[in-house]
Order: sequence, then structure tokens, then C-alpha cells
Amino acid sequence: MSKRITMPLTEDKVKSLKVGDSVLLTGIIYTARDAAHKRLVDLLEEGKELPFDIEEQVIYYVGPTPAKEGQPIGSAGPTTSYRMDSYTPPLLENGLKGMIGKGKRSDAVINTMKKCGAVYFAAIGGAAALTAKCVKTSEVIAYEDLGAEAIRKLYVEDLPLVVVIDAEGNNYYEIGQQEYFKTLR
Amino acid sequence: MRELHVSKITETVKKLCIDANYNLTDDIRERFQEAKAKESFPMAKNIIDILIENADIAKNEERPMCQDTGMAVVFLEVGQEVHIVGGSLEEAIHEGVRQGYTEGLLRKSVVSDPIERINTKDNTPAVIYYNVVPGDDFKVIVAPKGFGSENMSQLKMLKPADGIEGVKDFVLQVVREAGPNPCPPIVVGIGIGGTFDKAAFLAKKALLRSTSERNEKPLYAELEEELLNAINDLGIGPQGFGGRTTALAVNIETYGTHIAGLPVAVNINCHATRHGEAHI
Repeated sequence: MSKRITMPLTEDKVKSLKVGDSVLLTGIIYTARDAAHKRLVDLLEEGKELPFDIEEQVIYYVGPTPAKEGQPIGSAGPTTSYRMDSYTPPLLENGLKGMIGKGKRSDAVINTMKKCGAVYFAAIGGAAALTAKCVKTSEVIAYEDLGAEAIRKLYVEDLPLVVVIDAEGNNYYEIGQQEYFKTLR
Repeated sequence: MRELHVSKITETVKKLCIDANYNLTDDIRERFQEAKAKESFPMAKNIIDILIENADIAKNEERPMCQDTGMAVVFLEVGQEVHIVGGSLEEAIHEGVRQGYTEGLLRKSVVSDPIERINTKDNTPAVIYYNVVPGDDFKVIVAPKGFGSENMSQLKMLKPADGIEGVKDFVLQVVREAGPNPCPPIVVGIGIGGTFDKAAFLAKKALLRSTSERNEKPLYAELEEELLNAINDLGIGPQGFGGRTTALAVNIETYGTHIAGLPVAVNINCHATRHGEAHI
């Protein structure tokens, strides 16, 4: 059974999400990759305002392909998250509550997630054509010059995700594999 | 001497860029079915089904399987009896990539300089390898390479004393360190021998071979099978969520090497392992 979660990602919702949960996420989320993260963190360091309010929000690590005419977005699966690790703690400290990507995170990210109360979701890497069907609207809201790396505001419906690291720091990349090995005994 | 106009080369490269990104190859579909039959873990089976469904949507709706439509790697086998006319061969290839990535609505993921990082907005330059061969055939292979998996690839200069056991240990170490990052199930290309650069080239070239074909030399055909089993015993599983299906295939290419060396390169691909070829 999947848990249905609607944005914004409040503290209560964060606490309700446990490692290994299948989630269907609905609502407004924002996209950002390497180059956009660098700019966001530069703004925070300079004490300037971000192009969107990250309080109780979720960032999806994705650079979609160009949309066909009449469609909101092209193919849109997750990119590998560790490249955003060095930029992530300051965003969490400023209210970001969730991230969607794929792959491992650093200890520094996991520790800040525990401290600030945040969740790391995985979308299915490589299933970009399928994932795109959950994106109903897409609008570039910042850094258009970055092309595929621009920040987009997406409205998603029932985006299928897995809680990989919860706010207590439990890690599904470890637990899932342990569960598999238990079935072999 | 056969004359070949560059416009035909541009047209072919363009078509191959688009085809490779929209269509999962038949051999990978076969590997998925075999993997499902062997996979006992429900989450793992479920993810394989999702990836098959994704490939079907991409094919039927003519859209990219993955948002990372890659850096275009182009391999040419140019018959020495072929005379290229109408312009620069290299520019014809870049133009094919430019047109393919624009008309096919593929993502432009290439920057002009690794430090300055300005997107070229047409996915050029392509990485191009030329091989001049006897005859008058002209073969083009386009292999768009995504960097989720490329970033997890490694090369090591082993000692001759490390031998085949050293090769196995290094390959397993690379796959273990990659873990969930390259979107398993993966395809593993391995280059053994040559020089530092040749080993990397061989690993990339190994990924062009169908996963239905084993290395011609029994020693390496057996090593491919053994490594595939050892990788699938790691338990990483599809997406790193646990399971048997960490890799769909291991392809090895080799070359003679120096008395003092044993270079080994491991180039990782995600399941899509995109490539297409044409003869002009």
C-alpha cells in the first residue's frame, strides 16, 4: 500500500514517513540540479532571498528533456543525488523538508536531515518516460539561462516514490539489501 | 574508389541519436525476461516491470527512455576505399548530433569546457573514434552515454602478479562502490590490457556488443559469466533496493599489453545501454 502525501511537507508528514514506505506525492515541487544548487547556496551565503520559498518544500533533482508540443514536460527521471550533497545542508537548515533523487547521500546530509527533520525520496532511475506522466504542469521560475538545469515549478499527481532515508536517518539502501539476504536463508 | 557525401553521414548520425534514445534494444528486453524468471525478491521484480513499461511508453510515444540522453559517442569504421566528399567528416558528425538532439527533443547535456561549464545548447561536441579498415564499407555506431553510470566507472593499473583474481576483485569493488547510483540493473563493460587509454576505450567498446554474445575466447567468455554471477551475489538489486538483478550482462574486450602492466577499466552503463549502428 502506498501512502498518499500532499504538499507542503509539514513536520507531521515528515514524521509519518518511514524508511521503505512507498509514497504517491501530489502538489507543487521544485526542480534543481548542480548548477542551480550552486546559485541557491551562493544566495544564502550572501544573505539574499531565494527565487522561491523553500520552507516545507521538496526539491526534485531532475533536468528534463524538452517537452513535445502540447505536453507539460519531456522525460523526467531523477539524477544522481550525491552531486548535490555539498549544497544540501544549508538548504535543509533554511526549511527544505524533502529531496527526490536516486543514489547514496553523504553522512553530512543524513546528519542534517536528522537535525532539521527531512526526508530523502528515491524516484525510479531510468523510468523517465513513465515518471513524466505524473507531471501535470511545469513552469521555469528561475535561471532560464541554465537550460535543462533551470529551476522549474512542477505540479505533480501521484508521483511514485520510495522513502530511502527518513528523518531518523534509517537508510533503505542498507535495509532493503538486508531484507533480500534474509529471504535467501 | 566509392564516393560518400557528408550529408548522408549527418543524416545517419541524426537518426541513430534519436533511435538509440527512444528504443530499448531487443537483447536487453530478453535479459529483463530472464532476470524476472530468476528474481525472487518482490520489490526487484516490480522495478524490472516498471523499467519494461517505461521502455514501452518511450517506444510507443516516441520519447526518450531517460532524461539523460547522454553525450554522443560515435564510432566510425571507415573503409580505406571510401572517399568522403562535400565537406569535413568531423563537422558532418557534429552536425548530425546537433540535428538529432534538436529534432528528437533530446536533452542538451554538454558544456564546452569542463571548468567554465557553459552549455553548448546543441549537445556538441560528440566524442568520436575513427578506425580505418580494408574495403569500401562505412559503418557508424552512435552510443549516447549517460553520466549517472559514466561517473561510477573506474580504471586501475594492476600489476601482472595481480592476475585474473586481481581483475575480478577490482570489478566487484567498482560495482559495490557504485551501489544504487548508476540505476541498476547495469551492464558492465570491461577493458583489459593495452595502455591506460586503450583499456578505457576497450571498456567503452565492450558496451557496444550485444549482451546476447559472449567474448570469442573461452577464457573471457567464462570470466564474463563468472563476474555476472559474482556481481549478482552482491545483493544490490534493481535501484539498490535489494535483489539478485544488479547486472544484466558483463562484456569484456582485451588487447595485448606491456610485460610490466595489467590495465583494467570498468565502464558502467545503466540498463538502457543505448547504441545503434548503420552501414552507409
